[in-house]
Amino acid sequence: MKIKIIDTLFDPWQEIQQYQLSIPEVKGKFGATSVFVGTMRDFNDGDNVKGMNLEHYPGMTEKQLQKIVEQAMQQWHILDALVVHRVGDIFPDEPIVLVAIWSSHRGDAFDTSRYIMERLKSKAPFWKKEILVDDAERWVGKNTDGYKK
Amino acid sequence: MSIKVRYFASLKELVGRSEDQLPFVGNLTVADVLKQANKNKVIPNNILAAVNMEYVAFETVVKDGDEVAFFPPVTGG
Repeated sequence: MKIKIIDTLFDPWQEIQQYQLSIPEVKGKFGATSVFVGTMRDFNDGDNVKGMNLEHYPGMTEKQLQKIVEQAMQQWHILDALVVHRVGDIFPDEPIVLVAIWSSHRGDAFDTSRYIMERLKSKAPFWKKEILVDDAERWVGKNTDGYKK
Repeated sequence: MSIKVRYFASLKELVGRSEDQLPFVGNLTVADVLKQANKNKVIPNNILAAVNMEYVAFETVVKDGDEVAFFPPVTGG
């Protein structure tokens, strides 16, 4: 399992490839890899957004993410997990978060990925401040429930 | 003998600082810590609390040396 908080632009596909190369023990064992990438939009709540600053609580963020992945591992059979999350200044079209899961079967990979993302959204101490096109700044007040239609 | 109090995001801007050191006087809850450190401030009621980087209820009693953190609902991902 790897949890990474990063303050520079990252390429999720490269992260997956690199991490997979570092875990040769899962070779031949995994039949499913699920990948979720969260990317910054250029709009939110009816406004155009030109940038964002992501603050976090160093230490607690890693601790909570570790806990979330461990809780997932108790519920589903997975072989490995990679979670990468950006902090600092982020711009539209840049990746914010990556969750990649390796498991023997697709059900566990899909379910774990969803669980980790929803828990991350409600428990991992990150806070977004948006910068609108007129340079006005505003804190995002609350994450929406991902299961709500 | 003290408690470290930390604030994040919009709450940090509201209280105007990122941390406080409070003397440890014993028998204080997380809610007491927030109140003592911010006597003249109205704190939003959706604030969350953590002690030593774990989420806690506001009734939790703090110990000497604890790091108590307060912050708004999280918005990562």
